[in-house]
Amino acid sequence: MKILILGAGQVGSTVAESLVGEANDITVVDSDGDKLRQLQDRLDLRTLVGNAAHPSVLEQAGIADADILLAVTQSDEVNLVACKLAATLYNTPTRIARIRATDYLERPEVFSADNFCVDFSICPEQILTEYIVKLIEFPEALQVQRFSQGKASLVAVRAFEGGPLVGKPLSFLRTHMPQVETRVAAIFRKDGPLIPEGNTVVEEGDEIFFIAATGNIRSVLNEMRRMDKPTQRVMIVGGGNIGRRLAKTLENDYQVKLIEHNKKSCEKLAGELKNTLVLNGDGTDEKLMQQEHVDEVDVFCALTNDDENNIMSSLLAKQGGARKVIALINRSAYVDLLQGGKIDIALSPAHVTIGSLLAYVRQGDVVAVHSLRRGAAEALELVAHGDRKSSRVIGRRIAEIDLPKGATIGAIVRGDEVIMGHHDTLIEAGDHVIVFVIDKRTVKKVEKLFQVNIGFF
Amino acid sequence: MERTLTVIHALGLMLVVFSAAYAIPIATALIYEDGAMLLDFLVAMVWTLAIGFLMWLLTRRAKGELSIRHGYLLVVAMWTAMPIFATLPLLLAIPDLSFTDAYFETMSAMTTTGATVLTGLDGLPPAINVWRHELQWLGGLGVIVLAVAVLPLLGIGGRQLFRAEMPGPMKESALTPRIADTARNLWIVYVAITLVCIGALKWAGMDWLDAVCHAFSTMGLGGFSTHDASVGYFDSPLIEFVMIAFMLFAVINFATHFLAWRGKSLRTYSRDAEAVAAVGLILASCLGIAFFLWWNGVYPDFLTALRHASFNLVSIATDSGYASVDFAQWPIFAPMWMFFLACICASSGSTGGGIKMIRTLVLFKQAGREFLKLLHPAVVNPMKIGGHVVPNNIVFAVLGFIALYFMTIATLTFMLLISGMDFISGFTAALASVNNIGPGLGQVGPASNYAGLTDFQTWVCTFGMLVGRLEIFTVLILFTPHFWRR
Repeated sequence: MKILILGAGQVGSTVAESLVGEANDITVVDSDGDKLRQLQDRLDLRTLVGNAAHPSVLEQAGIADADILLAVTQSDEVNLVACKLAATLYNTPTRIARIRATDYLERPEVFSADNFCVDFSICPEQILTEYIVKLIEFPEALQVQRFSQGKASLVAVRAFEGGPLVGKPLSFLRTHMPQVETRVAAIFRKDGPLIPEGNTVVEEGDEIFFIAATGNIRSVLNEMRRMDKPTQRVMIVGGGNIGRRLAKTLENDYQVKLIEHNKKSCEKLAGELKNTLVLNGDGTDEKLMQQEHVDEVDVFCALTNDDENNIMSSLLAKQGGARKVIALINRSAYVDLLQGGKIDIALSPAHVTIGSLLAYVRQGDVVAVHSLRRGAAEALELVAHGDRKSSRVIGRRIAEIDLPKGATIGAIVRGDEVIMGHHDTLIEAGDHVIVFVIDKRTVKKVEKLFQVNIGFF
Repeated sequence: MERTLTVIHALGLMLVVFSAAYAIPIATALIYEDGAMLLDFLVAMVWTLAIGFLMWLLTRRAKGELSIRHGYLLVVAMWTAMPIFATLPLLLAIPDLSFTDAYFETMSAMTTTGATVLTGLDGLPPAINVWRHELQWLGGLGVIVLAVAVLPLLGIGGRQLFRAEMPGPMKESALTPRIADTARNLWIVYVAITLVCIGALKWAGMDWLDAVCHAFSTMGLGGFSTHDASVGYFDSPLIEFVMIAFMLFAVINFATHFLAWRGKSLRTYSRDAEAVAAVGLILASCLGIAFFLWWNGVYPDFLTALRHASFNLVSIATDSGYASVDFAQWPIFAPMWMFFLACICASSGSTGGGIKMIRTLVLFKQAGREFLKLLHPAVVNPMKIGGHVVPNNIVFAVLGFIALYFMTIATLTFMLLISGMDFISGFTAALASVNNIGPGLGQVGPASNYAGLTDFQTWVCTFGMLVGRLEIFTVLILFTPHFWRR
């Protein structure tokens, strides 16, 4: 597939990185030549320096025969113009734009075929905010991902000493709570993935991924870990795009304190937020934290632009007694270093947001892609089309499907029903199948498996 | 000196415009075929016109833009001069009226206070009564606002004048890009509602003369009546109800009315924090006071208590000053609470007086901010009213205003006490003057009027009314040495 990416920022380069391995022709356009050179040094793709909203630049980048345009520059306006040009001048089939301003997002007609011709708009800040909101809702979870419009969820938890599961085989789960349908999709132990079997014994420090109907998550979490008291107090450091959105989403349900060091931004934030306590100060000032009772904070989120600041302030908060700390960290090297240490959750914005982009880009019948374990594993939601003849999955039991090694079918969403994937479950046409892939290299094979044979047409 | 001439030039022009106001009483005199009144008003009109025209003509070389300080001077000069000219017909028609009392009467009219020194209102010629009420109506929204609306030649200085006269702390929000359009629109809304009010009062049972007069004083939140017994004369729950509705309407910012009318949406009102707070507080107080009166056995049944409490409370709280019963006879809590509401309830940009609800809200929220600041020293919590941030300089201005407001009331009270008045009468007379309410308690209560005051006391109250109507700063700024320094 020929993919044209506009903008080599965080989002652009991460997308390029994940797509380049999947045998795509990728061209990246940016006005900053240095960024492009760095990207080209690492990845096998073409780059072009220029203004992404100029037709001449787009032509040079080969928009005429591109299959997908990904406009992810810093500027909403450039992205909109690029999509409009791609649609009207070059007939590019799929146009995806990153749009941040809520002003545009609140008016969907801006994106219609009569106006800016944007097929899909994504807002990384919004995705990230929703992601953090779920983590605050389920404070025990390391990660919560939704499938099929939220009918089924994938949740990651860490097994702690004293938890009811530690030291017991997985089959215990089934006997322990027979009324709740759930399935453990994978276990990561000291960074190595395990395919869970009934006799796998859970150890302390394991990261357990399980799938359940969204309504059952609470009860499953209660079984996996001691019941933590629900989140009440949230402290956010950094009143940027994400911090502001998060505070706005949370302020009516939780007690939110927001620390921002810039006085001007503080005043703007305080004017915009209704129930949030906006504090002017440094996120790494332990005096301020003590004064604001960090020891009673349930979830602490460090969301500034600065990785090091986020790390230091979340370490201080943990030291000061915050129950759960979340740090936003851009550098993937830091993320691997910190996850599972004192910081409960190290969030990489690029990995959180890339899934929604990948779902649009991937061929076949992929509905959702969630990147897990910092991109090492993936959870895919695929639709089974066709019939027993044309499809290689329909009409077959899960055990009969020729899944590549390391891939497991976690659950099936049929209509409104969530069915756990057992070896004798039969797959029907129209099922949404949630597949858990431990090794990213096998993703291609899984996608092929779900493609309909030519005979279907 | 040059600039002072400019002020006189503009003042002359405004007086020429003001002389047009005599048209309504002249028309009334024609309708009632009252030759003497016709002559009086024509004489007054010619004098006003001539003096205004002369002032304008003699200073036409000094024509020019007004500076900020001369804007204040012009507004105060205008508000002092207009009542002087307005006394002419009264002095001509009522032979034994002193100038002091006549000036008190016209100042009380123009500042929408509604206190009167006249007795035998029922026997006054219709033209005189129409004149008194018309002055209240004109003074309600503001003569200068009207002048700005009809006189484009005031130019940029118009915005300055507009701000000096319009009540309320925040005057930057123009409804339309041009200040003359804003002023015109406000007056269009005002005239339209007044016409509706005349119709409603006629329907409720008044005759045309009473309906016009009471509509004028209701919309201006003035409180003059054509009867000595005020609204008690009619003894009609329907009339009282209509007047309550229109008083509550007039106590809301006219800019809000304009926006609601232009946007054809009632939700505009719910977004005006001032209107919500004021109307909510008044209605809750009506129920509370009615219960209090019933509980104390002042009225035998709750509905009667509710009727009298509602009318008199709304009348006082909105700074109108009508009375349907002698509320000074109620247990002291009730009238005192009514006077307290009168200090705070009117909206900015309405025709009422006092501190204004928005300043009250600022005061309360500022207290809340101080508490929060003590608990969280690092907190950033800007003042927010109705979801909008109020800048700190306005908060300070509001606090300064409120301090000055209470000092003014205290000073006036002391002056009345020095002159030998008793405390209740002196204090409520000062309150009633500065808040432009009308009746007070005791000697100046609803059952009597201000006729019994000495000349000195009358002048103190007159000054209080002017200071209250122009929101203190505009008047007192003329008494600061800096104003006169170059």
